[in-house]
Amino acid sequence: MSDTKKHLSDAEKVNLAGTKAKGQRPYFLAQKQTEQALSVAMSLAMELSVTKERLASLECLLADKGIIEKGEFDGYQPSKDEVAKRSLETQAYLARVLRIMQQDKEELESNDPDMQTVQDALTKW
Amino acid sequence: MSSNALPSWDVLTKHAVFPSGNHDEVARLNFLTHLNVHLSSQILPGVKTAYDKQVKPAIIAQTGSEPTSRHDVRKHMLNNGYFQMWSALRRNTMEMRHQAARSQVLGQIENIVEKVDKACEGNANIQLDSSVSIPPNVGSVDIHCQPGCYYQEYFENDVTVAASYDLGLFVTTAGLLGALSDGGGQGIANWLKTQHPDFSPKRILDIGCTVGHNALPLAQHFPDAQVIAVDVARPSLRYAHARAASLGIENIQFVQANAEELSQYDDGSFDLITTSMFLHELSHQSLPKILKTIHRLLADGGLNLHLEQPQYAGMDVYQQFIRDWDTYFNNEPYWGPMHELDLAKVFAECGFDPSDLFDVGVVSKVDEKIFGKPKSDGEDYGRSPVWNAIGLWKGQSANNGAKKSAKKNANMSENAA
Repeated sequence: MSDTKKHLSDAEKVNLAGTKAKGQRPYFLAQKQTEQALSVAMSLAMELSVTKERLASLECLLADKGIIEKGEFDGYQPSKDEVAKRSLETQAYLARVLRIMQQDKEELESNDPDMQTVQDALTKW
Repeated sequence: MSSNALPSWDVLTKHAVFPSGNHDEVARLNFLTHLNVHLSSQILPGVKTAYDKQVKPAIIAQTGSEPTSRHDVRKHMLNNGYFQMWSALRRNTMEMRHQAARSQVLGQIENIVEKVDKACEGNANIQLDSSVSIPPNVGSVDIHCQPGCYYQEYFENDVTVAASYDLGLFVTTAGLLGALSDGGGQGIANWLKTQHPDFSPKRILDIGCTVGHNALPLAQHFPDAQVIAVDVARPSLRYAHARAASLGIENIQFVQANAEELSQYDDGSFDLITTSMFLHELSHQSLPKILKTIHRLLADGGLNLHLEQPQYAGMDVYQQFIRDWDTYFNNEPYWGPMHELDLAKVFAECGFDPSDLFDVGVVSKVDEKIFGKPKSDGEDYGRSPVWNAIGLWKGQSANNGAKKSAKKNANMSENAA
């Protein structure tokens, strides 16, 4: 039986692309949330692979159009300043990706009170 | 190019209703294809090691004996960390494949539906029947985790589920099914061509045809035959018809019907009846009804052939357990129960002579469009798609028996003389 709806909106399409299959989903890892995090990581791994391929295509197109030589990307030697800039960018990038570990470390080092303790203190007459 | 390099999704044949893919969409499908191959070739072998070195010794230590069923193995493996990670990755990869394919299709669905509408309009090769309902074996869960299964329509005349199935078959098989994902049907045609070159059916029935990919090679191999392909799923049939028409194949009619009945066709009116990877999507209720229908519709001396995976009987429990993964974790609830059936008994109960049954390995030729020309005769790149087929020539044993018995009688009279 065909649905009577005439068309789908863009938002409906995004939602439908990711909709679940009918039937309970099995989880295998000890914690469901760990498996969900794995799923997010795998999607990001795919998007990174797609981006790498896009860059490879860009390199081919530039070479085909004679803007760069084939292999020029791989042979590219960044200047000293460029190397330093990239190093800082890489450090910032890793810090962003691993922010949760940084914050966990800070918490281990701190004596932060839990919210209930704070609330109890703040609500004492 | 290294022989280990996998083909790109982009080599698939782009029939008129096949979804196109832009740069990133193709890259996504290729990534998922590689991920599937990596999981099965690099990570899955470790599941067997985990079983041999960790789980099996633990079962023996605990119970004093080796596990005797695949269910025992599964119960213990579910606590094994390596199996848990492989399973989590495999399930997730399946879901990613559906998301990627559906998102690609939905981005161009109006264009595809317009072409399908045009191909179906007033064409006798597509016969729909709105009284056909979705049976429990199709509707209880979305089979192989495909959202919407084969039948759901998200808007009027939608074919998203069919187009998404067609484009995604490549991803789980890495091209093994060929440029039109029709390796199963090609395998049957190839087997008939080489083993039974004189067999020339006039009417062919394909049951559970979905997008028609495995029925088309039969229509092409027997251009003078009429092929009837049935399914319960309206969007799959409409897409299948447009797909076949765009490939120039006219001798096939797609019919919306439940194969448990098919009362519109006369007894003995088909010479060849096929199914491809279909029996495991049935139920204990529907399988005997469909086999009885096949028995009624198949002409004496006609061929019935079912492409399937091998039955569990005779396999060790680990083999059974790992083949059974899909039953519990990939929405294939009938996979296990079907593969442990005594098929000879079931066929006998449905009217067939069980001594007519045979098993045969059906091989499809490696598609040169995808894998290139073989370097030497016989080389198959280790990628020959092989299926297990269960088949029978209706009444063959009785006919041979009659011949043998006639011969025996002749011998006896010779002896007497």
